Amino acid sequence: MGLSSKTSEKIAFSLLILATLTVVGFVLIILGYIISNGYGTIDIEFLTQAPNRMMTQGGIYPAIVGTIALIIGSMSVALPIGIMAAIYLNEYAGETRTTWLIEMAINNLAGTPSVVFGLFGLALFVKYFGFGPSILSASLTLALLILPIIIRSTEEALITVPKEYRDSSLALGVSKWQTIRYVVLPAAIPGIVTGSILSIGRVAGETAPILFTGAAYFLPRLPDSIHSQFMALPYHLFVLATAGTNIAKTRPIQYGTALVLLLIVLGLNIVAVLIRRHYRNKLKI
Amino acid sequence: MFNRIYKEKGIESVLFFVSTLTVAVLFLICLFLFRDGILLFKETSLLDFLTGRFWYPTSVNKQFGLLPLFLGSLLVTAGAILFSVPLGIASAIYISEIAHPKVADFLKPFIEILAGIPSVVFGFFGLVVLVPFMQNTFNLPTGQTALTGSIMLGIMALPTIVTISEDAISSVPSTLRQGSLALGATRWQTIYKVIIPAALSGISAAVMLGVGRAIGETMTLMMVTGNAAIIPSFPGGFLDPVRTMTATIALEMGEVPQGSDHFYALFAVGSVLFIITFLINLIADSIKKKYRFKVD
Repeated sequence: MGLSSKTSEKIAFSLLILATLTVVGFVLIILGYIISNGYGTIDIEFLTQAPNRMMTQGGIYPAIVGTIALIIGSMSVALPIGIMAAIYLNEYAGETRTTWLIEMAINNLAGTPSVVFGLFGLALFVKYFGFGPSILSASLTLALLILPIIIRSTEEALITVPKEYRDSSLALGVSKWQTIRYVVLPAAIPGIVTGSILSIGRVAGETAPILFTGAAYFLPRLPDSIHSQFMALPYHLFVLATAGTNIAKTRPIQYGTALVLLLIVLGLNIVAVLIRRHYRNKLKI
Repeated sequence: MFNRIYKEKGIESVLFFVSTLTVAVLFLICLFLFRDGILLFKETSLLDFLTGRFWYPTSVNKQFGLLPLFLGSLLVTAGAILFSVPLGIASAIYISEIAHPKVADFLKPFIEILAGIPSVVFGFFGLVVLVPFMQNTFNLPTGQTALTGSIMLGIMALPTIVTISEDAISSVPSTLRQGSLALGATRWQTIYKVIIPAALSGISAAVMLGVGRAIGETMTLMMVTGNAAIIPSFPGGFLDPVRTMTATIALEMGEVPQGSDHFYALFAVGSVLFIITFLINLIADSIKKKYRFKVD
């Protein structure tokens, strides 16, 4: 007979707590390291000036502009498509073979590696459609990458709208589409917003899909149309950290860029969590 | 009235059409990857590609052997999974079974922060912190090793594993839990004899998705694994540099002339990557379906 069941429970629980603390520790160490090393670099000039002296000085303004352009470009494609697809799947689709196929496609798109999206964007948008390396090609590539996230979060939001909402509206003689448009969708807005915010974070942070679809190492001017190449925050950090003209000298800029990127993404995540919390209990009847 | 019916039908058709776009995109990805990938096999046979031991894309005697890259991906992923699965499942058990609900409510979004951190930031952290640390600890010529990649990748896979395992564990019906406790089992006995077995298929789905995420990761690995395209030894290869399939595509695509063998070879590697993740997703999906059925 080994340990008593009380003792083994104590040991097991301590190990579980230890594991959880380790995971929490990873989060704290990574955040703490980037924040403590990066915050000294960030000031107004860092955020509003272009890099100069072979990228060893100056700021990251063009990269911020590029990242914002990608967010706007990809969201304006993925958001309408994603919401419409989710409405179909949750409100109309029966259990048919086509529905199964659509669900399967969404799952697989969600699991496809981002570098594969990059290859695909290169083959389809840059080469086949002839958009060249540009904001347009990169935005479309990123739009496909976040499409599954938007569909899934919208579906989840629609599912949580109580059936009574729909039934009462339909009972009043309102048509199905009007019910969706004026009753179901407004109730699902917080969930859809949450999903969109998380997608924006994803777009801001992805590097592999923009490597071959238009991201540039350095551009003397800001992009002037969707056909221009662009600088972007994650690519900027990658280039400075691995292939810059002087990796050691630009370390502070690297920390600063990493922190800006982290703050954007974490800020968006926190907003998403707060929105979810705020509305979680509002829908219950 | 008639008009209204047409309008309703019309809207439904539009929505249906838009949702089939997802299938079209998946189809196009297959088409465009395979179309360019297949062109490699005019020069190199499929067998040579799959079993070739050397990846020399730019030497005079070009060789496009997938094996070093495939084994590189496999080694790094295996290391990551060995490290993150026990840690992730243990945290999931703690969060859903032991922690006070208020603590759990704080821990869940906190761990999900990891899922939000961009991979290039993980890579940067790995490069400036973990790489020098590995070099000093193991007294290596370079700290950019497979193990470094595994650790970073393991951390990145944690949120997937924790979140999905936690879902699986908390969806085990509480009647099972109460029944076990009523029979006099301790909480720990209940957890590992009743709850874990009941949640096992959900947990395996989590592990599969973690594997999928790990095998597809690009930027982090490119920055911390050293990118040497040689077949890794086992287990000593953990302390050597390796090159994954993803890193190869990302590293070389920028410099390769379009329409060359090398260009097509990278699409062939991309196709293999796509097929692997596709299969992993199908498996995870079918496991998940099974487990939903069981719990109902």
